[in-house]
Amino acid sequence: MRVLPRKRPREEATGGWYPRWYWPGFALPGSLWILLLFVLPFYVVVSIAFGTVDPVFQSPLPVYEPWWWTSRYLLEEWHFVTGEFRAVELRTLAYVVLATAICLVIAYAVAYYVARFGGKRKGLFLVLLIAPFFISYLMRMLSWVELLQPNGYVNSVLTFLHITPHPINWLAGVPFTVVLGLVYGYVPYMILPLYGFLDRIDQSHLEAGRDLGANPFWTFVRVTLPLSKPAILASLVIVTLPMFGDYYTNNLLSGSPKTTMFGNLLDNAMEATGQGPEAAVLVLFLVVFLMIPMLYYMRETAKAQRNQ
Amino acid sequence: MSERVSARPPVDRPRAGPAPVASSGRTRTPLGWWRNPWRRPYVLGTVTWMYLAWSLLPVLIAIGISFSAGRSNAVWQGFSTQWWWGHPKSDPTGALFVSPELHAALIQSLRLSFLTMFIAVPIGVAFAIGISRWRGPAPAGANFLMLFSFVIPEIIIGISMFLFFTYLLKFVHLGTGAQLLSLVTYQVSYPVIIVRARMLSIGKEYEEAATDLGASPTQAVRRVLLPLLYPAILVSFVLVFADTIDDFITVRYLSGGASTEPLSVKIYNFSRGTLTPAVNAAATFLLISTLVIALLGVFLYRRITRGQRGQTKEMTGYLS
Repeated sequence: MRVLPRKRPREEATGGWYPRWYWPGFALPGSLWILLLFVLPFYVVVSIAFGTVDPVFQSPLPVYEPWWWTSRYLLEEWHFVTGEFRAVELRTLAYVVLATAICLVIAYAVAYYVARFGGKRKGLFLVLLIAPFFISYLMRMLSWVELLQPNGYVNSVLTFLHITPHPINWLAGVPFTVVLGLVYGYVPYMILPLYGFLDRIDQSHLEAGRDLGANPFWTFVRVTLPLSKPAILASLVIVTLPMFGDYYTNNLLSGSPKTTMFGNLLDNAMEATGQGPEAAVLVLFLVVFLMIPMLYYMRETAKAQRNQ
Repeated sequence: MSERVSARPPVDRPRAGPAPVASSGRTRTPLGWWRNPWRRPYVLGTVTWMYLAWSLLPVLIAIGISFSAGRSNAVWQGFSTQWWWGHPKSDPTGALFVSPELHAALIQSLRLSFLTMFIAVPIGVAFAIGISRWRGPAPAGANFLMLFSFVIPEIIIGISMFLFFTYLLKFVHLGTGAQLLSLVTYQVSYPVIIVRARMLSIGKEYEEAATDLGASPTQAVRRVLLPLLYPAILVSFVLVFADTIDDFITVRYLSGGASTEPLSVKIYNFSRGTLTPAVNAAATFLLISTLVIALLGVFLYRRITRGQRGQTKEMTGYLS
């Protein structure tokens, strides 16, 4: 006689028994690290921004008790940000918008081509697209610094083809060079997320569009583009966040006050002595300004983790 | 193509391929060619190849210049390795492996990257495991802070760390210690994001099976969960190394003196002043060391994931 297997009562959802502090124990070192070395430093920044300055040494005196905070530096710096620095902020915004737009056009075209028509070469394309991740940002900028020098290869090609009679000094504060540098620096970070998304689009959606009479252009506009809107938004945020803090691209490719960006204000405040409060306040402004895109990006990262 | 030639007659099956349209007269005129919906995407293809050339050629030229025989960093003037190992006839102090300054910076770069890698990855992996299994509002809050450190512009980390070590934690002097603490803070989120994604895709079943079969919690983690996480951990090691050795934004404010500046900071400083091909050699060295670690990673990854399908795709998925 066969005995039917007896139905076992369902175990606890966690399987075996775990001590109460088992899993929190794993997360403890990381949590402590982030609290002590990310949250606390930021609190120091806030304390300096709302603090005072030593009257003798002109060095900042952070105030750690929120009830003693003064908004003197905040107001002073706000005055600068809305007055003297306004040109810098508008310029930063213009550069970032322009560079991001160019990035998006290039990145979308490349990602779309590789995702849809990569075919057998997809692996090769991916290796070439990932390569810039392993080449340091500095080296990529350095190679343009060298190409664009007065006696560099770009100028020799341009004069050889008689496009310009004399070599152009690209590195003397030319906005075009800075935007080119930004595009060159950040476009790889845009291609991969776009590719990852476009690669997953179900081809049958596109076929349906074509079957219903749309030509390739309208299939793209009505089907692919709306489908990829979340990926576009995410990639825009990925690229613009670091651009707003970027000072190095600008310093390497121009270094002229004519192309100063917001990141340069931060960097200059750090390099001058006794400018602690200024740097702290500017950091605070930048964090507040970028808060919405940062939160959006965090939500998207958390979502992507769940979907993988 | 070859299959069709050798095997069955191609006519009896309606096809949506390019052949019927290409043979109709529509494509003869340029406009007809342009309108042909089945033509190959020449424009996009050209854009892609041009982009790839534009993105990689300048770097190849820069690598080439590191082997130049002249002092100029704008044009290549014959082959030599004088900017790497020095040359008896030239000024030996400028070469990467000879100049004491560059040599010290090189050692500092490698030291910082390896230490950061071996501190940040274990902490991050443990954190990812912990918050994936621990329930309640606390892990969500911890993960929020972790992600925040990931998305914040790096210059903000650099400045806040500088102010932190100058005004509150004064016993940590600017230099290797401060650099290391900041680098780990900035990098620890990489393994967290990568490993957490993997944890979510693995699910709890394997551990439950292990504990049902009598494994203790520690055995379940060590013998079942960790081996499943090895690929993600490996990718984290490679990415953290690649990102740390190139980092100059955080580290620059925390060097405290020329003696603890790593190679990346030196390259930044030289790029704004006197450029010689030695700077190119330094940048090329960073690239080579990253490639060595990446290739090592690929090799180990292949070994670990032998016999599993779809792993290469997953590896590229980590980057996007």
